[in-house]
Amino acid sequence: MQQNQNVMKIKKNIAISDSGFVFNPSSGESFSVNPIGMEIMELLKKEMPTQDISNHILENYETDAPTIDKDLYDFITMLKQYGLIDDNEKD
Amino acid sequence: MEKQRYERPVIKKLESNMPNKFGMRTEYKPMTHIDNVAVKDMIDEHGSPLFVISEKTIRNNIRNARKAFETRYPKVQFAWSYKTNYLDAVCRTFHQEGSWAEVVSGFEYDKAIHNGVDGTKIIFNGPDKTEEDLEKAIKNSSLIHIDHLDELYTIRKLAENMDTRAQVAIRVNMDTGIYPMWDRFGFNYENGQAWDALNKIMRSDVMDLVGLHTHIGTFMLSSNAYAVAANKLADLAIGIRDKYGHEIQYIDMGGGFASQNNLKGAYLPGVDTNPSINDFAEAITSALINSNFKPDKLPLLILETGRALIDDAAFLLGTVISNKRLSDGRRSTIIDIGVNVLFTSFWYDHKITPAQPFTQHTEDTVVYGPLCMNIDVIRENISLPLLNKGDHVVIHTVGAYNMTQWMQFITLRPRIVMIDLESNVHVVRDRETLDRLLEFENVPEHLKTFEL
Repeated sequence: MQQNQNVMKIKKNIAISDSGFVFNPSSGESFSVNPIGMEIMELLKKEMPTQDISNHILENYETDAPTIDKDLYDFITMLKQYGLIDDNEKD
Repeated sequence: MEKQRYERPVIKKLESNMPNKFGMRTEYKPMTHIDNVAVKDMIDEHGSPLFVISEKTIRNNIRNARKAFETRYPKVQFAWSYKTNYLDAVCRTFHQEGSWAEVVSGFEYDKAIHNGVDGTKIIFNGPDKTEEDLEKAIKNSSLIHIDHLDELYTIRKLAENMDTRAQVAIRVNMDTGIYPMWDRFGFNYENGQAWDALNKIMRSDVMDLVGLHTHIGTFMLSSNAYAVAANKLADLAIGIRDKYGHEIQYIDMGGGFASQNNLKGAYLPGVDTNPSINDFAEAITSALINSNFKPDKLPLLILETGRALIDDAAFLLGTVISNKRLSDGRRSTIIDIGVNVLFTSFWYDHKITPAQPFTQHTEDTVVYGPLCMNIDVIRENISLPLLNKGDHVVIHTVGAYNMTQWMQFITLRPRIVMIDLESNVHVVRDRETLDRLLEFENVPEHLKTFEL
């Protein structure tokens, strides 16, 4: 998976609350994210490469690599679709 | 360190405008057990998908229905509508609860006889009764509900050559103020067809007019229509009494009572809006009691309720095959339950509950079946908790028509189990196998071999 080698970066101005509430001040849109999604967004904010995020989930959750690979790709696609990922800052 | 339960990551845009077609989240608790039996255990033992019937719910439903009518009217008889679900185990549960049999074909008639129902307690409806069927029904003194004049003449001809008089009623169709009006079955009340048929029967010396029957529609959302229908049948019965001095024995109000299912396009859930069995009972019995029948001459009231007694007594268990993302961003989930076994998904927005714990997070989802056919959609819009591949789901209120209208198409039909009152699980219909299907086929000699 090509994006797995990449570092996806959440836009700097995106606010993520502890309860999973996500706010994009530039569009005024808000989102809700589940705990694992929030964890992934926090890791993306720290610029962790997606492959490392996959490994992190695999270590901490009852699941397998193909499931994470598929779900992470889908989640990042949704983040992009909602305009929460800064494409310009991509490595 | 123990690993945490995995839930796929999901982000959902919060909308503060009009509600969308996916609606609100409806599932709050997983359905891990049915009548104290674990869903997972049943799937492990009997495979997925799997129909599960609750004997307890069937018995509760028929007892509640009887109570609703018997507390309002002195003489009530239920007849189990075979076409709604003619599994022997289901039919016999109803027969144990005192229901007669209501059949609409020779095949169903034979099934009722096979189940041990006395011929005099079989109501024979429907437009297609062969001479052979009719001869059998006349001989057994079954209650033949005549659908058209050709049938009436056939019965007369057959009975003239038999020792037994035919026990007949006519099916009457009528305007009860609802749309669509069902006028394809039976004889019309308003245009005089019904009276014409009744006169022919009364003037025949080989037929006994024992009752009057109507069946005004299906999944009726108005109980008042039944009051109109009961009034019109009472009017006919009083007319026969006045004209011929003949008292009919029963009025059969048919079926068509709505279950608690959610009809497609309905704005509110069926469980909140559909009339209850008490509403239907009140409408019908009030109309009959307030008619011109003398209090000591009230006819037996027969009800052929099917759907409302069996729908919520069955569940369909299934498994998630995959989660996909559609081109417009909607989530789609593929389960192993197709429209070939869940025929009623064309009519209803069936309630779907996960069979394992889940969080409060949901996604707007389209639920597809496993068939490689575009029409195989189980739910077009549902706000569904997050399901992983291999997770199990429970589809509710599937007891009516699915186990009779299902078809072997692309996949084989699954097993059906029934949970008894002591929570024992019984296989009441086995799954289909390729060998079983091939028994019906025959390959001509010249097609038996080929080279590729």
